[in-house]
Amino acid sequence: MHAIQLDGVVKEYTSHGEVVQAVKGVTLDIAEGEFFSLLGPSGCGKTTTMRMIAGFEEPSKGTIRLHGQDVTNVPPNKRDVNMVFQSYALFPHMNVWDNVAFGLKQKKVPAEEIKRRVGEMLEIVDLVGREKRRPREMSGGQQQRVALARALVNHPRALLLDEPLGALDLKLRQAMQLELKRIQREVGITFVYVTHDQSEALTMSDRIAVMKDGLVEQLGDPRTIYEEPATAFVAGFIGTSNLLTGTANGGVLKVGGGRVLVPGKEGEVTVTVRPEKITICTEEPQGELSIVSGTVTEVVYLGTYNSYAVRLADGVEVTVFQQNAVDATATAERGDSVWLSWQPQHSYAIGK
Amino acid sequence: MRRRLTPYLLALPSWLWLAAFLVVPLAAMASVSTQTGNVVDGFAQTFSFGNYADALGRYSTQLVRSLLYGGAATLAMLAIGYPVAYWIAFRGGSRKSMYLFLLLLPFFVSFVLRTIAWGFLLADDGILFGTLKGWGLLSPDFHVLATSFAVIAGLTYNWLPFMILPIYVGLERVDPRVIEAAYDLYATRFTVFRRVVLPLSLPGVFAGVLMTFVPAVADPINAQILGGTNNTMIGNIIQVEYLTNNNYPTASALSFTLMAVLLVGIFAYARALGTENVLEAAAR
Repeated sequence: MHAIQLDGVVKEYTSHGEVVQAVKGVTLDIAEGEFFSLLGPSGCGKTTTMRMIAGFEEPSKGTIRLHGQDVTNVPPNKRDVNMVFQSYALFPHMNVWDNVAFGLKQKKVPAEEIKRRVGEMLEIVDLVGREKRRPREMSGGQQQRVALARALVNHPRALLLDEPLGALDLKLRQAMQLELKRIQREVGITFVYVTHDQSEALTMSDRIAVMKDGLVEQLGDPRTIYEEPATAFVAGFIGTSNLLTGTANGGVLKVGGGRVLVPGKEGEVTVTVRPEKITICTEEPQGELSIVSGTVTEVVYLGTYNSYAVRLADGVEVTVFQQNAVDATATAERGDSVWLSWQPQHSYAIGK
Repeated sequence: MRRRLTPYLLALPSWLWLAAFLVVPLAAMASVSTQTGNVVDGFAQTFSFGNYADALGRYSTQLVRSLLYGGAATLAMLAIGYPVAYWIAFRGGSRKSMYLFLLLLPFFVSFVLRTIAWGFLLADDGILFGTLKGWGLLSPDFHVLATSFAVIAGLTYNWLPFMILPIYVGLERVDPRVIEAAYDLYATRFTVFRRVVLPLSLPGVFAGVLMTFVPAVADPINAQILGGTNNTMIGNIIQVEYLTNNNYPTASALSFTLMAVLLVGIFAYARALGTENVLEAAAR
């Protein structure tokens, strides 16, 4: 059984007399208990998609199902999903306890059970002893956990999270990523997570839908999204990627004074290769490898690795990450002529 | 050194202004309120606090009436004003500023003229009741002018914008996401209003009540123009005592009594509403 199903969902707005499509037709199946991310730059329709799942926006076309039940036109207060807002949206006039108990009170859960469940939830998010605090008396991370508890205490069929870690600093964000993952495993609820932060999505998700201009560009697990990007957009948005374009002849692409092996491809083709898959050396490598050559234009020391910018003979810039060796010396210096090589399986031909 | 003094120097004109036009007259009035004498022979300071008891004894009816009328008008303004403010804040869309402008439009006409216009409207044979009587919809001896209703209606009309504007500001400050969160947590429309929107707009209500109740209680114009002879309010008495009877001590004593009553009332009101709550919400 799918927890959430979107079928051909479209959202249109009228702005200054013009019809704008924020979401242009999204079809998704999200499995029960899955940690699912909607990833994309701002304006890609990810938040609108989530707001339609929550019920704050009605789709212009298409249907939304929760556990097989059509909820397309069901208002948010009758939907068994809860949301964690970007700015937390805690009730400023209520203390932590009343914030967390709000949903259960609306559902007319008996007082005894409310007491038990709120207590348990505060334990899970580590806020025991702070029941009487007001939201504004708490740090961002604590408010974040109140928002999470307020939603999770209702045992929703799915939890929607709208960039919930956006307002936190890096250290806290990383801690909360692991924390969220732990809580999700603990409660076993389907999480739908909206973010523009690719590393966040890669860290936490079971599956990711990469969105652009109101459409899903690629849907897959983090490994597939990263290693086998389907489009140039996905390759560029997730991590750093090198794009090489040329005409393939007999499975070989002639670029940058060298060759890229693209078995089975003919004609115009663009391939992507991740910087960390490339080996940089000063002597021409041998073997069944993709090999190009160029000149080092920049070397940046980044702690665990060095980043090289290499300009190929045809002017294309390629980025290479090289793990720092024991003595942490760079393999090449600025101005050196170098050879770049990688295994054929590390270059992916992508669609436009 | 100079830098540290700058803020105080910048604030100096306003302090001087307050001192010259608020503190000095208040002190002078306080002094007058305990003097005795008459306008021909002059007044002398005798610390006659009996002036207060005397004034209160003679005019307690009008004082109580003022508080009642002011209170009734404030309640009416709240009942009319809250929905208007709510509607502008949440349903106004891109026309919000136009609605607010319309709200302030009557202020382009003098307060007294507007009240006189109400007098015409409410007159026994005026456009409204005259016409209705002509159609036989009202009995010929029906009248509104010179009743307490006319005074309260006039007060309500005249001070209404001062109720609506602060409530509007209060409602505007409610984060729409907080309202969405309440819906998301299964609240019905009514519960969202009662548990979230209303409590968060209380600072606005508090300001609105303050800005309308105080001037409504002290206002002499509405009672004078719409109230006839049986609805005299404390503002009228102070005016008559001061300007007609030249009984400055009694007028001053009444003014101070009114101020004291209002201040006590406001603090009691703030207490009842939970100052902590109100200030806290306002500080948000």
